Amino acid sequence: MTPPISDAIKNIKPSGIRKFFDIVSEMKDAISLGVGEPDFDTPWHIRDEGIYALERGKTFYTSNSGLKELREEICKYQNRHQGIVYDPMSEVIVTVGGSEAIDIGIRAMVNPGDEVIIPQPAYVSYEPCTILAGAKPVIINLKAENEFRLTAEELRGAITEKTKILILPFPNNPTGAIMERKDLEEIAKVCIEKDIYVMSDEIYSALTYKGEHVSIASIDGMKERTILINGFSKAYAMTGWRLGYACGPSEIIKQMTKIHQFAIMCAPTTSQYAAIEALKNGEDDVKQMREAYNGRRRFLMNAFKEMGLECFEPYGAFYVFPCIKEFGMTSEEFATRFLSEEKVAAVPGNAFGDSGEGYLRISYAYSIENLKIAMERLKNFITRLRG
Amino acid sequence: MREKILSAIEKNSRIDLKELAVMLGIEEIDVLNEIQKLEEEKIICGYHTLINWEKTNIEKVTALIEVKVTPQRGQGFDRIASRIYNYPEVRDVYLISGGFDLLVTLEEKSLKEIAQFVSEKLSTLDSILSTATHFILKKYKDHGTIIDEHVKDEREVVSP
Repeated sequence: MTPPISDAIKNIKPSGIRKFFDIVSEMKDAISLGVGEPDFDTPWHIRDEGIYALERGKTFYTSNSGLKELREEICKYQNRHQGIVYDPMSEVIVTVGGSEAIDIGIRAMVNPGDEVIIPQPAYVSYEPCTILAGAKPVIINLKAENEFRLTAEELRGAITEKTKILILPFPNNPTGAIMERKDLEEIAKVCIEKDIYVMSDEIYSALTYKGEHVSIASIDGMKERTILINGFSKAYAMTGWRLGYACGPSEIIKQMTKIHQFAIMCAPTTSQYAAIEALKNGEDDVKQMREAYNGRRRFLMNAFKEMGLECFEPYGAFYVFPCIKEFGMTSEEFATRFLSEEKVAAVPGNAFGDSGEGYLRISYAYSIENLKIAMERLKNFITRLRG
Repeated sequence: MREKILSAIEKNSRIDLKELAVMLGIEEIDVLNEIQKLEEEKIICGYHTLINWEKTNIEKVTALIEVKVTPQRGQGFDRIASRIYNYPEVRDVYLISGGFDLLVTLEEKSLKEIAQFVSEKLSTLDSILSTATHFILKKYKDHGTIIDEHVKDEREVVSP
């Protein structure tokens, strides 16, 4: 008896992270630098609003696109931070995490044979979501010498007549790279000239350490061709609440809402109430967390400098992406040996695409005490390798 | 920068200053100089340690005492406050708005010692109208720190 299995899904490789996760889970006493979520608890006043929503019996579905008040607060937030004006009634949808928005956004926009440009290293879901939507992923391998930013030349080189969407994942997981206004203006020019749309995944937008994040949607002529994705997980330490959103042209949001309606119905109601509180009164919390992350980021960069480990300075998210090519090992070999010999787990860079080969993703969503121990061990490890 | 240094050492007065400098993105010498200035200006008034005495074998009783006083001509509450805070056993003295005037905290080895202090020393001072003593039964949170909190990292060890 053979159970019915879709070929499309069967042919998709499981995430490279999964494999590493299984190895790490075997080691009970390892310390980890491997997570992609904040170490902070959700600020209490936000949790309290969630509890209050439950107390008041707010336990029903919301409208498919999310609570109106939440959509309004999302629009105010984007206006406040990016100066972009979205209509809460037609240009916003609240989703189950940013990851759902990525999935339904791609599905709403592509037809079989269309091409989706994905710069890598990047978060692991763009490529499989593109394939499941029947489109073809076209990978751009970002370069360390550009600090893993996307350049206009690289983009031009990847565009064909079939190109529909560019995925723009900045601030970037796993590299920590950001795109500044001047970089985005170059990209915008190409997108307008070649008539392609952008899916800008800005889930880490609140965590930048070199001026405020700039959205490509805020650049002239780009709002109407950009699906902006953001959420609450990283900025407000709300990963478990599973809440994100997408803003963009009403025609696209309308189609996304259809998929969302049939697959999900609506995002969790409790989380939506908590998110209203986050947007209204959470700026101070974000600032405090950002300052803590920034201190840890500087600590790690300094530690790398002292041990002579090559690493470009990343200005976003909570990752650093040191280069381990000098040791003549693959990322996986390095990460596996680092784990077994020093009991520290960091994710091999190639889990985020081929261009991550030769790098290691180190998350600083950990206490400074934890990072200190980890850096001591890293120093021991590479000293021995260089020995 | 001053504010950042203060908020960092307020949380951890034993922080390694070289490390603090790295984390703030400034030179160590600048941190040292700034802290020296803050000490000279009496903005930094001391470096204390938060101790959970309950976990030791040492007995400690803490009391909060509400004190009503008659303010004195020309000196307001300052004189009577200084009469109180000069007792070494007194830990804190605050001037308070509302139903009473001074809040005094005291830490002693026993209830008896606190009772003695209140009846023999505090109440007998001129211009003290009345006192009300509250004993602390349990400390849940002190100086912004949740006492005896066990933080466990419950996140998955690796996630994308």
